[in-house]
Amino acid sequence: MSAVRHLYVHLPFCAHRCGYCDFVTVVGRHSQHRAYVDALLAELALEGEVLADRLDTVFLGGGTPTFTQPDELARLLAALPAAEELSVEANPETVTPELARLLRAGRVSRVSLGAQSFQPHLLEVLERKAQPDDVRQAVYLLRDAGFDNISLDLLYGIPGQSAADLESDLADALALEPEHLSCYELEAKPGTRFTRTHGDELARQADAMEGYFETVVDTLTYAGYRWYETANFCLDPERVGGRDLRSRHNLAYWRGSDYLGVGIGAVSTVSGVRSRNLPGLGAYMRALAAGPAPRREIEILDEQTRACERLMLGLRLDVPLPLGDVQAALEPGALERLASKGLVELAANGAGDELRLTRRGRFLGGAVTAELVALASA
Amino acid sequence: MELDRIRNFAIIAHIDHGKSTFADRILELTGAVSEREMREQLLDTMDLERERGITIKAQAVRVRWRDHFLNLIDTPGHVDFSYEVSRSLQACEGALLLVDASQGIEAQTLANAYLALDNDLEIVPVANKIDLPQADPDAAAAEIAQLVGESSDRVLRISAKTGTGVTDVLDAIIERIPAPSGDPDAPARALVFDSSYDQYRGVVAFVRVVDGRFETREPLRAMVQGTSFEAEELGVMSPVREPVGALGAGEVGYVVTGLKDVSRLRVGDTLTSRRRPAAEPLPGYKEVKAMVFAGIFPTDSDEYPELRDALERLKLNDGSLSYEPETSQALGFGFRCGFLGLLHMEIVRERLEREFDLDLLITAPTVAYRATKRGGDVIEVHNPAEMPVEVDLVEEPYVKASVIVPKDYVGPVMELANERRGSFDHLEYLSEERVLLSYALPLGEIVYDFYDQLKSRTRGYASFDYDLAGFQPGDLTRVDILVGGEQVDALSLIVHRSAAYDRGRQLVERLRKEIPRQMFDVPVQAAIGSRVIARETIKARRKDVLAKCYGGDISRKRKLLEKQKKGKKRMKQVGGVEVPQEAFLAVLNLDSERKR
Repeated sequence: MSAVRHLYVHLPFCAHRCGYCDFVTVVGRHSQHRAYVDALLAELALEGEVLADRLDTVFLGGGTPTFTQPDELARLLAALPAAEELSVEANPETVTPELARLLRAGRVSRVSLGAQSFQPHLLEVLERKAQPDDVRQAVYLLRDAGFDNISLDLLYGIPGQSAADLESDLADALALEPEHLSCYELEAKPGTRFTRTHGDELARQADAMEGYFETVVDTLTYAGYRWYETANFCLDPERVGGRDLRSRHNLAYWRGSDYLGVGIGAVSTVSGVRSRNLPGLGAYMRALAAGPAPRREIEILDEQTRACERLMLGLRLDVPLPLGDVQAALEPGALERLASKGLVELAANGAGDELRLTRRGRFLGGAVTAELVALASA
Repeated sequence: MELDRIRNFAIIAHIDHGKSTFADRILELTGAVSEREMREQLLDTMDLERERGITIKAQAVRVRWRDHFLNLIDTPGHVDFSYEVSRSLQACEGALLLVDASQGIEAQTLANAYLALDNDLEIVPVANKIDLPQADPDAAAAEIAQLVGESSDRVLRISAKTGTGVTDVLDAIIERIPAPSGDPDAPARALVFDSSYDQYRGVVAFVRVVDGRFETREPLRAMVQGTSFEAEELGVMSPVREPVGALGAGEVGYVVTGLKDVSRLRVGDTLTSRRRPAAEPLPGYKEVKAMVFAGIFPTDSDEYPELRDALERLKLNDGSLSYEPETSQALGFGFRCGFLGLLHMEIVRERLEREFDLDLLITAPTVAYRATKRGGDVIEVHNPAEMPVEVDLVEEPYVKASVIVPKDYVGPVMELANERRGSFDHLEYLSEERVLLSYALPLGEIVYDFYDQLKSRTRGYASFDYDLAGFQPGDLTRVDILVGGEQVDALSLIVHRSAAYDRGRQLVERLRKEIPRQMFDVPVQAAIGSRVIARETIKARRKDVLAKCYGGDISRKRKLLEKQKKGKKRMKQVGGVEVPQEAFLAVLNLDSERKR
């Protein structure tokens, strides 16, 4: 068993739970931040033996990691194992000169800012606290602190959004010259408060979504970004002296590498076993305070399932997927059928055939994957 | 029993003109059923009949009135079942013609009254519902009198609902309808005018004894088919089965045959005794031929065996339903079914769905076409997809259609009939207000939303009926629907050349709306042979990918993918295009939506 080289740490605390959010979050609870960090470190001590001596990546996600009490955040960062890439998610309004310095001191190498939009009316719909200028200021503060790998998250398909709104959001984001951009379609979950409030408008946005997606890809690639994953873009290496600015942590997921996750709701995948901590904060902290590992849901991934995931995730990337890795998951004949429609390309490589989606295939990646994948006999 | 104490009669009435209520009243007045036992519309036993207020299967009931035995042979009120009417009428000497005094005569009443006159039946005209404020008994009586050639004071005026005048009707039955004639001493002969299937006792035949006498346990033979069996039980319906030792000339009753196969005893056959057989059978009925056809497919192809069993069971009680297996590349395995008409089709469909809990896809109804192929072979085509491309001649069934409307609507009716290639036959004033229009029309035009159009253009005032009137050549053509360049067999249709473009266009437009966008452009075409007459393109999707996928939700995303894949497996593949069942359903419902 090779050692795990990727670590995810979940910090669930937020100032406010946004209507569209479906992550494991906890509002406020300042008094529990300390105990939670204790629990995280306890879990890490329990599970850490699977980790390699030197990690490739650590990712602090949330929640709003930067909403965590600064002392506790600093304590956590100091206790984390060293890694080549240490990413932290941040909300723009939480970024202060102090925070930026704290992150630098904590060896953070990459900050992912949840900008979402630069339009006040859209930020309001999303229930985001930050104003457009907060986003800009956050970027400047991080730059001042020396960060040279900043990512911005943008959302599209927001109720009330127009095609022109999206274009100006992209222009505003590009003006900040981020190294990396993640552009997500707003996914409104059925039955949520957000969906109930914006039902009709969400349907209208859904109709416009394919145009939005094309706008995003066209605009960002034209601006010199590499469309390296379905929703992720980074500055082209040629423009930054060969630096690879892809999110290494996320690449690990998409390439099917093992990863350890700690914190409530965190998922780990190690040696064909996927486990997920239960999302309850109290139970998690009580369990770890008492000693044993918190309760988890376990899923065993057989070879077929792993090949299926490899295919599903690998096809999101702009690099070819070795056919040998996914052969077990392919439906016979599907590859040829899709190749003839110009959605998939097969290329011979010294080490064996490789599979990749064409540009049009990438826009239809979900449908192409569904056609390619064989249904497990179960 | 003495013949002159027996009266056999039927009731002819339009739907909703109160026949069942009237029959109930008779049962009550004659003491056949106590009020406590009285169920509304007792004679209509099937749920569907009760719900729709129509009688589908004829039934016979014996009641006593003033020392006479009256046999009421119930008849269905709808045109599709006129063959059942004619069967019932052959077992009777007289008929009550029941007309709603607030509505007047309807086209179906007319058709059935003519049938009765053709059978030399004594007609007792009755104007019903005189209690209704909008009833015009005098006008109704005048119309009826003119129809049957009687004076209008011979028209009885009653209210079956309140009971007013019903005893007068019973008296009139005895006075006006002749007693059955027949030879009680001749070799026994009985006409089978209906049958039903009892799962414990087998086929139960309803018979009218013409000559001689039948006794329980007697060995019998059906003269036309040659089937032999024993009369396990003889009896009369009063209104429930009541065994009797014997049935004599003039009587109406039932015979429990013990036969387990309905096809061995056909309605219209003559029963005789094997001990002293009659020399000649009674004149039978013409076998009715299905004229309207449709493919019936289970929505879930796994339900094919259930559909087959359900059809078999329906057929036990409905000899006029025919079916044979059909395979469609678009809809899978199913049956091509033959019906007497549209209502018959609707009833079969509803019974399949309701009594057998099946989800069905039904193709657009079509009629029986006769095609003369190059070389002279003549074939009958029940499925448009089977119409040969190269034909010398196509003939289609025609009907003689009668429409009765208030005179203000003559124009719209003529317009509709002309649009539907009708040729005018004659026009007749039934009264100052109401007109009978007679047309020759292709049956194929009637199965395509004719009723609905007629109703909407006459604000529901028109009543309509038709009789089959042979085949005539027509300039007909087969229109095929192609999706992704491949023909969808279930959607082919045969239409008059002049309507081909419009019908093709409609189907193509509907399909474009119903078929989800695919990963590539999909042409949807209507074609006559190799000539495309209408085309739409379903534009390819430009995006189909989940925006976000991170480490914490891989399992969920994978399950979504599996679900999506399973959904794809359920779709029908036509020309490499995934077509959801619902799309076919929507297109096929295009017709039935209009009809409702």
